[in-house]
Amino acid sequence: MTAIQKKARNPIAHLSAEDIETLGKELDAIRDEVIASRGERDAAYIRRVIKTQRSLEISSRAVLLFSLFPPAWLVGTAGLTVAKILENMEIGHNVLHGQWDWMRDPKIHSTVWEWDHVSPAAQWKHSHNELHHTYTNVLGKDNDLGYGIMRVDEDQRWHPAHLGQPFYNFVNACFFEYGIAAYDLELGHNLKNGRHKAPEFRKRARAVGRKIRRQVLKDYVVHPLLSGPSFLSTLAATFTANLLRNLWSHSVIMCGHFPQGVETFEKTSIEGETRGEWYLRQMLGSGNISGSKLMHIMTGNLSFQIEHHLFPDLPSNRYQEIAPKVRDLFDRYGLTYTTGSLPRQVASAWWKVIRLSLPNRREAGPVQDRPIDGGPAEAPVPALAGSPA
Amino acid sequence: MTTTVPRPPAKVSFRDRLLRLAETVTTPLLPDDYLDLVAPLRAGAELRGRIVAVEPETADAATVVIRPGRGWRGHTPGQYVRLGVDVDGVRQWRAYSVTSPPGRPDRCITITVKAIPDGKVSNHLVRRVRAGTIVQLDQAQGDFVLPAAAPRQLLFVTAGSGVTPVMGMLRAGAHSDADVVLVHSAPRPEDVIFGAEVRELAARGVIRLVERHTEVEGLLGPDELADLVPDHLERQTWACGPVGLLDALQERWASHGAADRLHIERFRRSVAAVGEGGMVSFARSAVTVAADGATPILEAGEQAGVLMPSGCRMGICFGCVAPLRDGAVRDLRNGELTTAEPGDGVLIQTCVSAAAGPCDIEL
Repeated sequence: MTAIQKKARNPIAHLSAEDIETLGKELDAIRDEVIASRGERDAAYIRRVIKTQRSLEISSRAVLLFSLFPPAWLVGTAGLTVAKILENMEIGHNVLHGQWDWMRDPKIHSTVWEWDHVSPAAQWKHSHNELHHTYTNVLGKDNDLGYGIMRVDEDQRWHPAHLGQPFYNFVNACFFEYGIAAYDLELGHNLKNGRHKAPEFRKRARAVGRKIRRQVLKDYVVHPLLSGPSFLSTLAATFTANLLRNLWSHSVIMCGHFPQGVETFEKTSIEGETRGEWYLRQMLGSGNISGSKLMHIMTGNLSFQIEHHLFPDLPSNRYQEIAPKVRDLFDRYGLTYTTGSLPRQVASAWWKVIRLSLPNRREAGPVQDRPIDGGPAEAPVPALAGSPA
Repeated sequence: MTTTVPRPPAKVSFRDRLLRLAETVTTPLLPDDYLDLVAPLRAGAELRGRIVAVEPETADAATVVIRPGRGWRGHTPGQYVRLGVDVDGVRQWRAYSVTSPPGRPDRCITITVKAIPDGKVSNHLVRRVRAGTIVQLDQAQGDFVLPAAAPRQLLFVTAGSGVTPVMGMLRAGAHSDADVVLVHSAPRPEDVIFGAEVRELAARGVIRLVERHTEVEGLLGPDELADLVPDHLERQTWACGPVGLLDALQERWASHGAADRLHIERFRRSVAAVGEGGMVSFARSAVTVAADGATPILEAGEQAGVLMPSGCRMGICFGCVAPLRDGAVRDLRNGELTTAEPGDGVLIQTCVSAAAGPCDIEL
């Protein structure tokens, strides 16, 4: 992919400023409709999910007390994996977005929620809600584009270190929660600039340290100890559950912004951006995953990444309901609704990580918005083509 | 929920150590979060109650029978309880007088609610809530109670649902060795909440009942009390009802030098002044909203999704108090201005305070 502004065939060139504002108003109307109808049904939904998750987690952990028996290990590990996925995706991520703050329930509120994750909620909320959701897919602004360690866009400068990125990406997937904690701390950036000695950074690093200690103590010391003779097998079980949860959330999140068809934007393009333009960027900068209802819940409804990015604070159970209306808008405004099955989108995202570990291919020639003056119009450049070096 | 709450380093009891150990098992949740799934009313839990029954009283009033959790410390007749109930998925808090006598054998308490037009919570409680629902509770509070040595001559002046705290006192035997007069106003005879019960008390001769049906006879003027209850100024009087009635009674008692014998309970705050309005920022929630001078800061915050502590919503329970870090607010009841300089953290009641210029609330 190439920043939308540099593409030969700009997918939004056919929209006038007026069209974009009308589009924005239509999206506002969808949002208002959901907000006006939020109520008992939604509250019952999130409480049911929370209750299910807690019951599943506690019973899986109880089964794992006897993890020396292989069937108990299997059942307990599977249950704990599902519980951890639900906790991070459908509950944690969405509660921390403030999707349920309207219930005024002090037990389910973004300001008090803490999640089963090594990045403290407060730090994640800042880097995710404030930075990523505001600057979605803006090159040089949205660190989620490759998390600062990978090159996922032709317009990001290539460096020999990128040759290793398929490997880093795999390691990051296995230990994703630690990757996110480091990312929320802007660890690499702060180390490079020598800001790791600043009191502000040290305070945040200590908070992460405390969170990691509690998480590790629980999963790798306390629960194994409680299991007595099953110490080692329980340790293996919680490690497996964390590993599978990390791989799953990494896959889902890669599908949100990396697959083929998702657009990126230049830094200058968001100066003075209107509400309509912001919406448009979210529409083009996100990709969905198609699948069953269960799959949607397990992704925390991030399979409706487009709807989530348009309305990050609407209750997650509503994304599926508004998806047809949103898709209809894409059709009417001549835009491409990027979606695909989970295997397809994961493969597409991985292919990009592998492909961009190498420098851009040059044969595509300079990419221009307009034909060169005086010359014949160039054939549209294939979407995979690179930008000028 | 959160595990980041700092704990005081004071002496650590065995129970605390056990609790900390349990927290290492459940982190980032607390053991309570799991216990709440199975025993929401247990001792040590946040105070809640389960609705056992909803019994109709009149066409638009009902008595809600609640079994409070183990932590309930009981009440004194005349006190109210703050109740948090989810209406359309949103937690709403209101205060209601307890109408049951203390120490019911089934450990339940009752509140009696009159549905007011457009009343979100009252209509929900009277018409929609079902037995089995869990509600949030606070301990009983309020000083609208009889003194330990009950006076010999009592007068109750009530109107509408204002009879509820008085019913709590009568059911607890306020009339057992006193001469009691109850003057009660309601639009029509069938609108009198607890009508049958008070009429029966009157028929047995244990109280004197003066019913006023305002649809036919008009509103009760305080001067009329001279005819209805000639010795009313000599009696210790407890009054509860609409703002207009209470204000008029206060004036009469004060002008006759008997203000110390009148005790009143208000259900609504009377708005005496409005502020200037302004931008209200809730620092910890990172939310800023424009609020007009008539909107309490509590409501402005709630509408913006801030987790606002709240209580009676009429300025008496102090459940909504929050520090004002900077700026000015005006008390809606009396127009009094409160200002804070950065670093002050003046505690204000958000339910009766409106912005008087930009202000910064620590929530």
